[in-house]
Amino acid sequence: MEKDGGLGLEITELRLGLPGREEEGKKKKNEKKRLFSEIDDDHEEDGSGGDYQNSSSEGGCIGGDRKLAAVVGWPPVCSYRRKNSMNNNEGSKMYVKVSMDGAPFLRKIDLEKLKGYSELALALEMLFGCYGIKEALKNGDKSEHVPIYEDKDGDWMLVGDVPWEMFKETCKRLRIMKKSEAKGFGVTPKGSLKGYIEGVTN
Amino acid sequence: MNYFPDEVLEHVFDYVTSHRDRNAVSLVCKSWYRVERCSRQRVFIGNCYSISPERVIQRFPGLKSLTLKGKPHFADFNLVPHEWGGYVSPWIEALAKSRVGLEELKLKRMVVSDDSLELLSYSFPNFKSLVLVSCEGFTTDGLAAIAANCRLLRDLDLQENEIDDHRGQWLNCFPDSCTSLVSLNIACLKGDINLGALERLVARSPNLKSLKLNRAVPLDTLQRILMRTPQLTDLGTGSFVDEPDSEAYFKLKHTISKCRSITSLCGFLEVSPHCLPAVYPLCSNLTSLNLSYAVGLQGSDLMKLIRHCVKLQRLWILDSIGDDGLCVVACTCKDLQELRVFPSLPFEAGPSPVTERGLVAISVGCPKLHSLLYFCQQMTNAALITVAKNCPNFIRFRLCTLDPTKPDADTMQPLDEGFGAIVQSCRRLRRLSMSGLLTDRVFLYIGMYAEQLEMLSVAFAGESDKGMLYVLNGCKKIRKLEIRDSPFGNMALLNDVGKYETMRSLWMSSCEVTLGACKTLARKMPRLNVEIMNENEVEFNLDDAQKVDRMYLYRSLTGKRKDAPDFVWTL
Repeated sequence: MEKDGGLGLEITELRLGLPGREEEGKKKKNEKKRLFSEIDDDHEEDGSGGDYQNSSSEGGCIGGDRKLAAVVGWPPVCSYRRKNSMNNNEGSKMYVKVSMDGAPFLRKIDLEKLKGYSELALALEMLFGCYGIKEALKNGDKSEHVPIYEDKDGDWMLVGDVPWEMFKETCKRLRIMKKSEAKGFGVTPKGSLKGYIEGVTN
Repeated sequence: MNYFPDEVLEHVFDYVTSHRDRNAVSLVCKSWYRVERCSRQRVFIGNCYSISPERVIQRFPGLKSLTLKGKPHFADFNLVPHEWGGYVSPWIEALAKSRVGLEELKLKRMVVSDDSLELLSYSFPNFKSLVLVSCEGFTTDGLAAIAANCRLLRDLDLQENEIDDHRGQWLNCFPDSCTSLVSLNIACLKGDINLGALERLVARSPNLKSLKLNRAVPLDTLQRILMRTPQLTDLGTGSFVDEPDSEAYFKLKHTISKCRSITSLCGFLEVSPHCLPAVYPLCSNLTSLNLSYAVGLQGSDLMKLIRHCVKLQRLWILDSIGDDGLCVVACTCKDLQELRVFPSLPFEAGPSPVTERGLVAISVGCPKLHSLLYFCQQMTNAALITVAKNCPNFIRFRLCTLDPTKPDADTMQPLDEGFGAIVQSCRRLRRLSMSGLLTDRVFLYIGMYAEQLEMLSVAFAGESDKGMLYVLNGCKKIRKLEIRDSPFGNMALLNDVGKYETMRSLWMSSCEVTLGACKTLARKMPRLNVEIMNENEVEFNLDDAQKVDRMYLYRSLTGKRKDAPDFVWTL
């Protein structure tokens, strides 16, 4: 479970780096590694803080790598090489824009690289540095944010209702909306997406 | 030196060849400046927006060879929006109007149009050499113009460009009278080419030393070509696929064994592993081997090949080679100077078989190593410290852990100490790129020890403005600094604004820098172009507290550029 009651404020604070990075050094250093221990499905989040010993030590877990693949420009391989190094030339990209209420600029994410909603949550966390996103996907009622997406028909839908493959096909852009905005929006923020999240630790 | 007539000075300056040395010479006094500029033939412009073509032409009337670079380096990784700029047309137009007898043009990360290529081909009767690296915007029609009109063409070298292939007959456009080719690299062309035209072209090019083919050239054509070019030193194969018992393969093996001059081998864009033994006879002479596009080869194939390559100095390879394969390299390639290990893509298919173990082995076996690009699954401080001790001669050191904030795999500590050891040991280090979990401490080390550092790439690293400050204050020779997704902000940016005029450029994306700070910087330093890029619908409002998505600043004598697209705002 998420420790840190103080996290309530930090949810809305925009941090541009990876979670856990803090300019004033207020946060403990282990929070950075905490993100990655959450990715590793084998580890229980024990919230013990401390040092880096708790993070997963297998040489980087697969889920972590996939989440990173969705971030633009990582790993830093030049685009010509990327296009020409695919074994069977499956380089199909599904870049969609992601906006978050309160953030001054958008990010882009490659849905093709992600295998499911939990990886999406993790990738969003990495981009917007905000634990609240995972909260939102796990338990819609508690979080301040709700993730929605615009589908091919131009309708705004709640993320998580449809199977992942269908979502990938139909999602044109994503928005992490503040619940307070949702009321006038015609999207019910209720309903948890637990069913579609595999292995996200508590 | 005032006593010497200009001709003597000029003769002396002929021996001064490097750009930097010539730049230094021109600063000594007015007469040296004058003699130098009139005798200069080769000019290098690291940022095409730093100066106008007219001014270059005016200063160097004897210009024969021009190198231009356009987009910032991070454009390679899709961080620069598509229409950002870097157009070569103003340069070619200005040169065409002038009396410059251009002979060589080398472009990197620029946008080149067919019209520009055509203009180039008509305008300079002595034009000999065209090298395009990571460029885009042109098609095979532009190449056809070059082929048709450049009578003395010696080099046509196309490296990793995005070329629209019209599958025309552009190779046919080389006239029968064209016999001057020395170097032809068409590996990045995606479409079919006229194989007969290629063979005929090669047959009438007795000086051909370097030939790099594209995917469309099959094995049997390669064999026929190699029959005609026993003098070839540099070969890039196209498709290297056939049945192992085919006649074509048998003939190829025989032909290759006669090519005793080949010292550089690349290509294998498509390859059947069982065909690879055909090149074994070449291996003992190879000084350069690039198999980084040969996705069809497994680690075991690579190991078998490399065991023969005892003279290798340069190796570009995929991480499928694995740590074990790198141990083979370490045992075999004692003269190795440059190593690049690229990730197999898609990299999320599984952990990379390359770790710190391979790098340590290389450092033990290859003490002459001075250039490294290494993508790996994990790294440790202990390994980096060992590498630093074994290889103190690094000039370029680029390490990329596939997870950008991965700590030391053994101790879970940041990799500060490891990279610190590298900069402390390698006093000649000019280029550094780091990854893994990194705090401000690594920047402290860089500022303290990396005295020769000219280019630094930072991603997902550091904790506070102090990190960036250490680098800006400590690295006296830094010229290019590029930073992404790191918590550096206004305080670091504005601490020493004069510093940026001593540098070529600074890139910061997804950092903590605000619009207000960028405006302040632009105001204080009128000879810097401070560009803000905003590609999105979020209204780029004038709130100074707003954080900036992408900032690219560079020194320039020409002021704000006129070809910037809407989403680029020069402050």
